[in-house]
Formats: sequence, structure tokens, C-alpha cells
Amino acid sequence: MPADPTPHGATASGAGTSGESGYHPERAGGWTSGDAPQRLAQVALRDLPWEVGVAKPDPAVVVDGVTRTFGGLTAVSVDHLEVQRGGITGLIGPNGAGKTTLFNLLTGFDQPDTGTWSFNGQSLGKMSPHQVARLGVVRTFQLTKALSRLTVLQNMLLGAQDQRGESFFRALVPGTWCAQEKANTEKAMDLLRRFKLDAKKDDFAGTLSGGQRKLLEMARALMSDPQVVMLDEPMAGVNPALTQSLLGHVKDLREQGMTVIFVEHDMDVVRDISDWVVVMAAGRIIAEGPPESISQNQAVVDAYLGAHHDAPLTVEEEDQVLAEAERTIAREQGSDGDVLGSERGPERTDR
Amino acid sequence: MTHAVHRAGRHGRRPGQPWPLQRPPGRGRPPGGHRVVVRLLLVLAFGLGLAAFSPGVAHAETAGEQLSGTVQTSRSGPIEDVQIEVAAADGTEIESVETDEDGRWTVELPGPGEYTVTLDEGDLPDGVELSNTNTRTVTVDEGRRQAVIIGLEDGSRGAGGGGVRAVQLLVDGIRFGLLIAMAAVGLSLIFGTTGLTNFAHGELVTIGAVAAWYINVSGGVNLIVATVLAMVVGAAVGALNELALWRPLRRRGTGLIAALVVSIGLSLLLRYLIQVVYGGRSSPYQGFQGGRAVDYGIFTMTNADLVSVIISVVVLVLVALMLQRTKIGKAMRAVSDNRDLAASSGIDVNRVILVVWMMGGALAALGGVLLGLSDQVQWDMGFRLLLLMFAGVTLGGLGTAYGALVGSLIVGVFVQMSTLVIPNDVKYVGGLLLLIVILVIRPQGILGSRARIG
Amino acid sequence: MADLLNALAVAGKSALGFQAIFFALLAIGINVQFGYAGLLNFGQIAFAMLGGFGIAISVSKWGIPFWAGVLVGLAAAVVLALLLGLPTLRLRADYLAIATIATAEGLRLLFRSVSATPVTNGTRGLSGFNGDFIALAPWNTSQRYSILGTSWSGGELWVAAIGWLLVILGSLLVFLLMRSPWGRVLKSIREDEDAVRSLGKNVYVYKMQALVLGGVFGALGGMVYAVGTGSAVPDQYQNANTFLAYAALILGGAARVLGPVIGAMILLFILQFADTGLRLLISNGVIPEDLLSSTDVAQIRFILVGVGLMLLLIFRPQGIFGDRREVMLDAR
Repeated sequence: MPADPTPHGATASGAGTSGESGYHPERAGGWTSGDAPQRLAQVALRDLPWEVGVAKPDPAVVVDGVTRTFGGLTAVSVDHLEVQRGGITGLIGPNGAGKTTLFNLLTGFDQPDTGTWSFNGQSLGKMSPHQVARLGVVRTFQLTKALSRLTVLQNMLLGAQDQRGESFFRALVPGTWCAQEKANTEKAMDLLRRFKLDAKKDDFAGTLSGGQRKLLEMARALMSDPQVVMLDEPMAGVNPALTQSLLGHVKDLREQGMTVIFVEHDMDVVRDISDWVVVMAAGRIIAEGPPESISQNQAVVDAYLGAHHDAPLTVEEEDQVLAEAERTIAREQGSDGDVLGSERGPERTDR
Repeated sequence: MTHAVHRAGRHGRRPGQPWPLQRPPGRGRPPGGHRVVVRLLLVLAFGLGLAAFSPGVAHAETAGEQLSGTVQTSRSGPIEDVQIEVAAADGTEIESVETDEDGRWTVELPGPGEYTVTLDEGDLPDGVELSNTNTRTVTVDEGRRQAVIIGLEDGSRGAGGGGVRAVQLLVDGIRFGLLIAMAAVGLSLIFGTTGLTNFAHGELVTIGAVAAWYINVSGGVNLIVATVLAMVVGAAVGALNELALWRPLRRRGTGLIAALVVSIGLSLLLRYLIQVVYGGRSSPYQGFQGGRAVDYGIFTMTNADLVSVIISVVVLVLVALMLQRTKIGKAMRAVSDNRDLAASSGIDVNRVILVVWMMGGALAALGGVLLGLSDQVQWDMGFRLLLLMFAGVTLGGLGTAYGALVGSLIVGVFVQMSTLVIPNDVKYVGGLLLLIVILVIRPQGILGSRARIG
Repeated sequence: MADLLNALAVAGKSALGFQAIFFALLAIGINVQFGYAGLLNFGQIAFAMLGGFGIAISVSKWGIPFWAGVLVGLAAAVVLALLLGLPTLRLRADYLAIATIATAEGLRLLFRSVSATPVTNGTRGLSGFNGDFIALAPWNTSQRYSILGTSWSGGELWVAAIGWLLVILGSLLVFLLMRSPWGRVLKSIREDEDAVRSLGKNVYVYKMQALVLGGVFGALGGMVYAVGTGSAVPDQYQNANTFLAYAALILGGAARVLGPVIGAMILLFILQFADTGLRLLISNGVIPEDLLSSTDVAQIRFILVGVGLMLLLIFRPQGIFGDRREVMLDAR
């Protein structure tokens, strides 16, 4: 059992619902197989029409009529969305489009006003985050949540599911959990080696660089043998050298048969790895289709691609938000401008 | 209006002289001026571990510590045969006595220290109730004879049946709520602008009240002037807080939890420093202790209380206007709303926070004086108010200035009105219970909003 | 010189006496809650009060055996932890802080109130409930014993012996728990709750378990204190004691098994030494009585603790033995 580091090995737990799909990885060796990618999902999705809410041949996640409002602002309003099993689905859109909120809703971190959504046919509504995670849907966060004062290895071990030693009373009897802990440690070390973090296993996670934290967070998520991995901006703040490595890991997840949903702003990355792209703007899904379809989609171009193409959108968006806030404050201040930063004023007209 | 009567000193009562000025002969002038400063410095020096041992032989012995008091109300007159028990700080009983025909009692003490005086409520005649708790903890200095006051009410306030009593309590509650609001606005704004849950905010209230007491009673200055000066002191203490402690800590990147514990340390330090300097007694301001209640038909109110309400309303309206209209007020709200955005918009965040601290300090000081007017000045009055301030601020939504106002009013009214159904001495418990209920139902407060994750 | 030695001996005794045990147990509980799980329980003294009064009321008022009283006290602490945790553990950390400090103050006011007098004896409190326990001592409790220049009564020794046994057992329990996967989850919650949730752990249950466990330690501390003093008076359970326990914990080092124990001993030693020393200086006339009277000395300990807490958190948040590197990783 310890020899099998794959997420769908014999140790996989809570995975009983997955057996039927057929998008499983070959076997344990599949971890390093990069040269013969199985793009089954891409094949399956090839002939679908490029329209919002289109039904997928084998959906893992289905979202229906989910809305979430903050005060008067509608953050998310999704009529219908299906996510193909075993594929990489990219979720893009300008900041404030509701991507992270949708992630939060799907993983139980936030409760919607209306709507239902399910995983493998099982409704996830009203479930708390840990219940969703136990079903095999794990997520990472936009701002990495490495557990700073735990070592890298402890971070990894936390990801393992169904640990006997995590129950209060059994924790007091090491005999009940030692063997399992040993197996988990081996599994964690395999993953760490794969993510090139094994040399850092005894370092505090807080001492890692931003990119290494992203890697650690992803590796930690994999410890739980997930079926769906949701990555919130996995490349943000990662230096270019690590980006390629991270991309490789994401692709590998697909080879492992996992369903990947990720939020990303870099269109090159999205084009490179996605099988399917979903575009959100102002809380709604405005387009979906294969990556190559997106740049041709008029709604997307109108929404935001037209003006800025490949530019990193975050900066622009922040500038816009700032400029908007400045205008608001300026209105309140009347003509008085000395409280305001003046250097940003001209910039917004330039663009 | 009724209030407890007390007696002190070895020479009997000297009518006309306010009692806080009475000190046993030979004790010199009241603690003020240099002596206070020197005591403060000494305590600090010791606290910092600078004191050194040096041998010596002399051993001064002064005997005759004593506690005394009088149990009476204006309607009932002196009350006889009320059992008074005096116990040491560790709980051991010193002596139990009964009041004589003049309502007086005296207990000789074994030595200086902290003592708890307990009045047996069962011995009180019908119609006379405790206005607060039936105990008082006092610190007796060596050779001191100290007076003890235990507040009594003879029902002249609450007379007239349930409905009228409810109106009376409502009015009291509004007065109390306004007072909490004034102290809590600063607490809420500090939380909003810096994220700090300031557990030392209660001490700003106490400092204000005690500063006004020293200026008013020891310095013989008119209370209105003393209040203004106390507000200046409060603002200065607030500024000192920010400049000497919190700003450097923010610069060091101290975490919010660590900062919270630091504020608790500061609270302990200040609170007990005040007790060393000011003492364990409770004393009123000069010239306002005997305010008579004026009948307004369905409720009565002393002039002092009426002034307190008017001042609170005026000040709170001014604060609201300032937040709404002035440049600095808008900047405060902007920093409260989104500190980074405000900073990147060119607002000098540190300056805004400094002003918030000064304003918070001044308002807390004013609140302290008003609280001292109604409940007398005590070393831990601010800490007791702090919990109600937290209740108000949480109820309104942490970090929002108007929320603090609304929440505090509700807490004040609730605490007073709750005495309709629960005994007077556990009314604060009701307020604290309300706090917990709020946390269950609406943790973000009335005016707050839920935060986003991730 | 003799005075100095005497002061040291008195301080040493208090570092080993039941008060040190009281603070050690309180701090062990806070260590589980704050040190490992990141929960801000500022009302630990309320758990101690329930422990102490659990025994006192059971024995003095209900006339049930001492050991049943111990169970009553523990049960009360568990119930209080559940009641407090239920509404607040889903919320931000400072809400628990506010709720616990309010509860501690509220419970004390309630216990000393006139309405509670039939049960708690109000401000006078209860006494005479520890006879059964003292009678179990294997030595003569009425005799005095001299150990290293300090004098102990047999009863004091017996309470201290059982108290330290409790401290050792408690530390062992914490040690076992914190090296287990359970402890790992707890420490992770301290670092980032949401990350732990996203990995399939029911954070709420872990926090509740930590709150209850810490509360039980608090109750045990309160029992040692009540049995040690032989009385249970509401005003003994001032909330400043909670912060003394925090000071002990941070002094010894949070999130270390022996941190709270060593911290409590050092704290009591310093406080007692300061107390004795200051009184000595005053009675010797080194400090003029006009400046600082011996009654003020009792307040000095809280001032010391306040200053100490601030200085520690600002300059040595890791405690006097801790590793600064680890603490500086704290991003919050």
C-alpha cells in the first residue's frame, strides 16, 4: 500500500463514487508520464457547441441557478454550468467577476442565496467545507495558506484523510495510528520529491518562497486523494522558472484522472493547459468553449478581452478600482485634492 | 433621590465639608502634585526591576486602622441593627458588627490592607434596597480610618407601579446608553482604523474620571473646567498610546493577536497603577453629590443626570457631524473602510489614526467624568464599563462608528430595563448575556456586513 | 543578607505551593486553547471558579462526597465550555475573547450577588469542604514540616503533592496529544482555519474539544486553589488571574508542553520575591512610607504582570526559552 502514491490507489478513501467513469490513470507509474498525455476530456469536448450552459458528456460538477449577493451587489448568478470529468477547466474573467465567490460557494466556504450544485450527482448544498473536501473536492486559495509554523512534512500529513490519530481519544494511544502515520509519511515524501520539496521537509512552511508555497499547497491538496481539484490562481506571484513546473503538475493531475478547475489571469497559461474555458463577468457566465474559441467570442471581447488582450488584468483592474474610489472620495471632498494621490489621475485617461 | 451615607475619620462628621477632603491629620496633603508623580515613578521603577535591596533595621509601627460608616437613607433615616461584616482580602472574617441607633458602625482592623465590607441585606427594613451590590472592597492605608459607603435606595425613585418604573428605567437606560456610546465610539473607531481590539480602552475612561477628580477635588477647580482639562488629559493619553506604543508596534509588524494581549497588559498596568495612586475608594466630585431629583411627571432625574444626557447628545451629534462633514471625519471613515485603499489614495493613515486615538481618549475621558457623576469615581470603573462597551460595539458591528452608538444605546437601555425582572446587582450579567445572544444571532452586528473568504 | 535569604526562601516556597499549581493548571489549559489552537479564552478564571465552587457547593450545601463534587465541578466546566463555544467558535477569534471575558465577569457577579447567596453564600463564600481530602494525607496534616528553610503544614504539603501530580499528568496528556495527528490538526487551526477546512477537517469540533479540554484544566486549577485555601469566595476569582496565567504561559513559552508549568513557577517566584522584598524595603524605611505604603504592594504584582506581558510580547514573544525564529513566522 505505501508503494502506491497515486491518489486513486488502494488507500483512496471517500472515493467510492468514482469507479464508473473510466478516466482513471494508468497506474502508479503515471506520476511521471508526461510524454503521452491522455487528453480524453479534450476529445470528448471537441464536438460540443460553444454555448453557455452546454451539457457535457460526463459532468463531474453540475451547477444550477446559483446566485449570491453581497448587499445590493450580485457577486454570482450562474444559471447552469457543467464541468467535464477528467478535464482541465479554466475559469477566467475580470477581477470582481465572481470567480473566487463561485469557488467559495462550490466548496462550502460561502452559502448562496439560491441554487443547487452537485458533485457526482450528490448535492453539495448546505454542506460545510470539510464535508465537501471529504467527498473528494479540494481547493487551494488565491492567497496561499501554508501553515507557517508547521514543517513542510507536517503540512503534507495534514492533507491525508481518515486519519485514526485525529480522533481525540485514539490520539492518546499511539499504537492505533502509528502504522497509518508511517504510510502517510511515505506517501507525503513521494509527493514532496515529485514537487521537489523533499529537501525542505523539516523546514517551517513559513520560510518557503511564494512559489514553493503554491507547490506545497497543491501537493498538500493531493494528499487527500481528491477527485476534483480547484485551484484559485495557482500561478499568481510565482516566478517564471517555477511556472513551467507548476503547469506540468497541473497537467499531471489530469493524467491522474482528476478533474481540475482553475482560475487564472494569464491567457497564455489558460490556452496552454485548458480543455475547456468558462468566462465570467459581473457574476454571470458569458461564454464557454475550448480555449481557441474564446478569443473569437464577441461577448468575451466586449466584456474585457478587446481592450487589453494578454496584459495581466489584475493591475489594470486594480487601477480602475482605485481610480473609481478616488473619484468617489474626490466628490466627497469637493474640490479639495490634497488628500488624494495626484499621480494616478492622468494614468486612467491614458488607457 | 437617595444615596448612601457614610462617615469617616476619627473626629466625627464635620458638616459642610465634603468628605473626600477629610484626611486623618498627619497624613499631609492629599495625593496630588509631586507626591503622585513620585509614587508613580517609584512604582514604575520597581515594575521595571530597578529597585535594589539595601539592608536596614528600622521598623515603623502605627496602629489603629479602622473602617466605619453609616447606614441610612433620606427617607428612612438611620437604620439600626444592620449586620456589617468585614473580611480580609483572602476571605477570612475580621469582625461582624451591627449598626447602632444612629446607623453607625465601626470595625477595628488588624492592619492595613484590602478589606471587603458586606452588608446583610436581610436586615434592611422594607422599602430600602441596595442600589448596587451589598459589598465594597476598600484598601486601608497604614494608620488610616476609612469610611465605607454602601449605596442604598429607599424606593422614592421607583415608586408608582410597574409602568412608571419602566419609564424611569428607560430614561436611566438612555442616559447610561449614551454614556457607553460616548466611550465606545473611540473603541470602535480604533478597531476600524487599526484592527486593534483595545482592552485598555476602559482605562482611558478611568483616567479621565480620576484626572477630573484630582483637578476638581484636590485642585478645587470647577467641575466643568476640570472636565475640559480631563478631556485634554484623555486626548493626550490617547496620543501617547498611539505614538509611544501602537505606532511602533505596527511598524514592527506585531500581529493583531499579540497586540491584543499587549493591550491587556497595558490595561492591567494602568488599572492597578491607578489603584495605587488613587486608592481603592470611591468618591464623588465636589459640588454634585447631593443633587436632588427633579420630578418630570412620569420620571425623575437629577440635574446632574439631565446635564449628562444633554452633554452626551450634543457631543455625539458633533461626532456624527464631524464624521459626516469634515475632511478628517471622512478620512477616518475611509481608513476604517479600507485602509490600504485609503493609504493609496494619499490619505495620511497614521495621522488619521492619531486623531482617532486623541478623539477616542477625549470622549472616553468625558464618558468617565459623566460616569463618575452618577456612580462616583472608582479605580476600576472603566474596566467594568469596558465589557458593556464591547457589548455595544459588537451589537452595532465592530468597527462602525454609528453601530457603536446604536448598539451602546440598546445595551444601556437593556441593562437598566432588565432590573424589572432581575435583581439590581446582577443587571450587568443581563447585559453580558445579551452580548452572547447577539453573537449567536447576528455576529456581524446590526450595521456590520459579512466578510468574504479567500 | 538574612533578609534576602529569607525573601528567596519565601519566594521559592510560593513557586512550589498550591498557587503556583493553580496558575500552572490554568496556563496548561490556556496553552491548549491559545498556544496550540489559537483560541482566545480570556475567561479561564470562570472555569476555575466553577471547579472550586463545584466542590464547595456539592460538599457544603448539598452534602455529597468530595469526589462527587470534583465530578460536578468538571461537568460544570464542560458545560460552560460547550455553551461558550457553541455560538462563538464559528466566528472570528476576538468574538470568543469578548464573550469569555464577559462571561467570567458576569459569572463572578452572579455568584457574589444576593440572589445567589442561598447557593454560594454570596460575597462571604463557602468553606469547610476540604476535610475529606485533607484526611487522605498519608502524614500528619496538623504538624508543620520544614523543607529547605521554609515551613509547610502537612495539609499544604498534601495539596501541593496531589497538585503537582495533576500538573505532571496534565503535561503528559498534552504531550501525548500534541505529538499525535490530533495535535497537528489543532496547530494547523491556529495557523489557518480555512486551509484546514479545505482539507476535510471539521475545525469546529476540534476547536470545541480544545476549549473543553482547556476548560477542564482550568476547573482542576480552581479545585486545587479552593482546596488549598480551604474556601471558595467569588472575589478570589478576579479575572486579572486569567491574565496572570497568560503571563505565566507566555513567560514559559506558548505551544511548549512545559512552558506553562515553568512559567507559572517563575512568575510566582518573581511576584512573591517582589512582594516580600518591597514590604521589607518599606518596613526598613528604604522606601518612605509616604511614597508607597505596604497596602499598595498587593497591587504591584498586577502592575508587574502588566508590564511583563507587554514587554514579553513586544520583545520576546517566544517566551524566555523559546526560539524567536518560529514566532516570527506568525503572519497574523
